[in-house]
Amino acid sequence: MITDRSTRSSYAAAIAFLLFAVGACSRGPSSEPTLRLWAMGREGEVVSQLMPAFEREHPGLKVEVQQIPWSAAHEKLLTAYVGDATPDIAMLGNTWVPEFAAIDALEPLDALAAKSRDAPRSDYFPGIWNTNVVDGATYGIPWYVDTQVIFYRSDLLAAAGYKEMPTTWADWRTAMQKIKSKMSARQYPLLIPTTEWRPPVILGLQAGSPLLKDNGQYGAFHDPQFRKGFDFYVSLYHDGLAPTLSASEISNIYQEFEHGNIAMYISGPWQIGEFTNRLPKSLQDKWMTASLPGIDGPGAALAGGASLSLFRRSNHKTEAWQLMEYLSRPEVQLRFYTLTGDLPARREAWRDTALANNRYARAFREQLDRVVPTPQVPEWEQIATKVFEHGEEAVRGRKTVDRTLMELDNDVNGILEKRRFLLSQKKPAPKVAIR
Amino acid sequence: MTGRKPSLSIPAEANTAAWFFLAPALLLIGVFFFLPVAASLLLSVTDFDIYGIANASNTRFVGLQNYVKLLHTPDFWKALKNTFYFAFVGGPLTIAVSLGAALLLNSKLVRFKGFFRTIYFTPFVTTLVAVAIVWRYLYHTRYGLFNYGLSKVGVAPIDWLGDPHWAMPAIILMAVWKSFGYNMLIFIAGLQAVPEELYDAAEIDGAGAFRRFFSITLPMLAPTLVFISVITMIGYFQLFAEPYVMTQGGPLRSTTSVVLLMYEEGFRWWRMGYAAAIAFVLFVVILIATLLQFRLQRGERA
Repeated sequence: MITDRSTRSSYAAAIAFLLFAVGACSRGPSSEPTLRLWAMGREGEVVSQLMPAFEREHPGLKVEVQQIPWSAAHEKLLTAYVGDATPDIAMLGNTWVPEFAAIDALEPLDALAAKSRDAPRSDYFPGIWNTNVVDGATYGIPWYVDTQVIFYRSDLLAAAGYKEMPTTWADWRTAMQKIKSKMSARQYPLLIPTTEWRPPVILGLQAGSPLLKDNGQYGAFHDPQFRKGFDFYVSLYHDGLAPTLSASEISNIYQEFEHGNIAMYISGPWQIGEFTNRLPKSLQDKWMTASLPGIDGPGAALAGGASLSLFRRSNHKTEAWQLMEYLSRPEVQLRFYTLTGDLPARREAWRDTALANNRYARAFREQLDRVVPTPQVPEWEQIATKVFEHGEEAVRGRKTVDRTLMELDNDVNGILEKRRFLLSQKKPAPKVAIR
Repeated sequence: MTGRKPSLSIPAEANTAAWFFLAPALLLIGVFFFLPVAASLLLSVTDFDIYGIANASNTRFVGLQNYVKLLHTPDFWKALKNTFYFAFVGGPLTIAVSLGAALLLNSKLVRFKGFFRTIYFTPFVTTLVAVAIVWRYLYHTRYGLFNYGLSKVGVAPIDWLGDPHWAMPAIILMAVWKSFGYNMLIFIAGLQAVPEELYDAAEIDGAGAFRRFFSITLPMLAPTLVFISVITMIGYFQLFAEPYVMTQGGPLRSTTSVVLLMYEEGFRWWRMGYAAAIAFVLFVVILIATLLQFRLQRGERA
């Protein structure tokens, strides 16, 4: 099961030699390196359209793009790592970076990035960049960014007496109560599916919670800060401002939005396209986006998106870095934005008219200056699912807030047990850094 | 191959020759079955996980802790419950449907037997994943064929795969459709082995169709029935692809089977030691269920 690395790499060498021999027979020895890039979903589909220009710029370099479905990407990457078959570059959801850094699969990019003209750190959103930093080293370059804002019905908010989205929790709540008073019993000012971990986590972060404490060794969910955010979260449901529905119980949010059954919805940038295409014409000037309210002023959201990472075992690191730089250029980022709708990671790209003139994107631009990464521990995704699994029980009134958070901390501490052990052993493997 | 060389000077014992012929098969089974099983048994008493991949020395021996933890996890009990639900509702249902189909196809009144046999057998040889994707469309709340049919008789649309109460029945329905063809073929073979004279004699004695079925067909089919119920149950306890493709174990974990849980722990969270422990618990469950079944059948016959 557990092969040590030298055996593995000698196998790899043998296989590589065989492949080379086969290749050599068929088309003669070739010196042109082929870069392998793995990308997921829609991005994986269209990124190959950006490659011809790169290949023209770098004669002799070939790029082979492999598209992997999101649902299989994580295990495929891990399996590739174990099987010594990682690509040169991969797109990584930026919550995955700590995990792949922990298994030592990625190449630190600090030295390369420091002298790069095409990917200067100063031109990235700091909160987004930091999702790639584990234990002081950078393991990915932000490719596109993602965060959460509120999509809202501006006409319903105006009818309640508001020209704009309020910016504090208290005002936000008052606005929702006013909207609610004009609604029928089965209509709600806000929709937060109970199966989403982001809303409670965001509210906790806004209330000052670090989510995990002591260097990511224990959960901090039962502490007063998270408690404050979670109380607010649960009260939204208990006060009838949000319906207790899980994601699968909502068949079509655009219809609900159109009928005024909900007035606000927290979501990400891809929804701009969906709202534009799916809402009828008559509603097009009646919806807007706004950055998230906070406790006493505009609040934080989560730093999301995907990064490009270079694998440690790549044999063409220099060339691979050239490709990563190419994909980071503002004009290529914009081209990518028009192809996918993904928001560019480079601030310079945002100055372009296509984005600057998009009134729905403005809230995202504002929010991106206030984004916070989730804790940089490999266990985070597992912890995130626990947050909503427990949260749902508090929302549905099956458990008290106090008991819910206590049990959540219990579960989280269980998940982090191995991490604590490794830290206590002071072994090099776990990478330590929170935010 | 490492089979022992039979020496010519000593008269070859029958045993040695037998071992020699068995060696290739034993070797294959040893390398590809017993070795992995032993390895995963070892794995199940460690906490091999993502950190262990980075550095093998990050793996600890934890004894039976994985098993103890598993038995204290509500998610495991829920998955076990779901698996039992699937096996004990879906299993008998499959057997009943396939027996029914076999009886129909064995009837002298039916024409185009070969054609129907092929039609009924087709789902079994079709790729499960492809079938599951098509069925996901059939179950669609708004555009699905099932709800269209129900709407014709005035039944409100059912959220087949989104409602925790309906998701498992939906999966059972698909699984029954998918696998009854195989059992049906075996039943047909069993039915054809029942001597015609028994029926003739029964008819002369004045036995009706039901009496003939319960007093002749069923008892004569008993060995076939044992075989089919054991095979079906073992297969159904390993429920995985259907929920993996159709529901991802949701909604509210109502379709998470033990194998799906094992897959999630092993390949999603990469806790291999823990996942191996789940595999062995499932093995014990299947073993007990199979032994029970044999015991019951024997009791019936005695």
